[in-house]
Amino acid sequence: MLTVLFFAQLRERLGTDKLIIETPAESWTVADLTKHLVGQYPEWQKSLLASNIITAVNQQVADKAQALKSGDEIAYFPPVTGG
Amino acid sequence: MDTFIRVSVEDFSIADEVDKLTNANVDDGAMVTFTGRVRKRNDGHDVTGLFLEHYPAMTNKLLADICQQARAKWQLNRIVVIHRVGQLYLGDNIVFVGVTSEHRGDAFAAAEFIMDYLKVSAPFWKKETRANGDSRTDEWVEAKASDQEKAAHWS
Repeated sequence: MLTVLFFAQLRERLGTDKLIIETPAESWTVADLTKHLVGQYPEWQKSLLASNIITAVNQQVADKAQALKSGDEIAYFPPVTGG
Repeated sequence: MDTFIRVSVEDFSIADEVDKLTNANVDDGAMVTFTGRVRKRNDGHDVTGLFLEHYPAMTNKLLADICQQARAKWQLNRIVVIHRVGQLYLGDNIVFVGVTSEHRGDAFAAAEFIMDYLKVSAPFWKKETRANGDSRTDEWVEAKASDQEKAAHWS
């Protein structure tokens, strides 16, 4: 199982803050997950593949090649603007 | 060598935080604090308030990591980092960073470093309410390239 989270303007554009993927394929990377999501929701393509979108795996910023394992929490979010 | 980190909808008292930094502390000759507040103009817009969203599971970890990086670079004793979330209005406190050190050089540098890194890496997002005459619109704040440049100059 994978937990997928979306934040801020990305969350608003997609219309959801959280998805659970019950049966991810073996040996997925972050990029594979993104491809899967765009396959399921073609209308997400532009937002999810935007070059400024940051991904984190288990609350740590991760690049697209990072391998995923069951139980991981993957977050997609736009550049941060706190402080 | 205490580090206090708090992410909360509640306001903070600068006096209480200064007390946390200085109470029974005779080791440090320097304390530097920074407080960020909501201002009425941003990027050419009149602002009436802002909403701060965050990624709760990640923010505390990330702030703790930034404090660790600061400790690796400078001789620091106490650190306080507070960031508010939720609905804020003009003049409200947003963020507080306070550090103590034996000497001012380390304290000044570390406080600025922590703020600069927080700005570009901690998962907070501001949505500001803009006023144009009587109309109000809520818009996400865009990240600034100048903030990236400021953070990059530390590495």
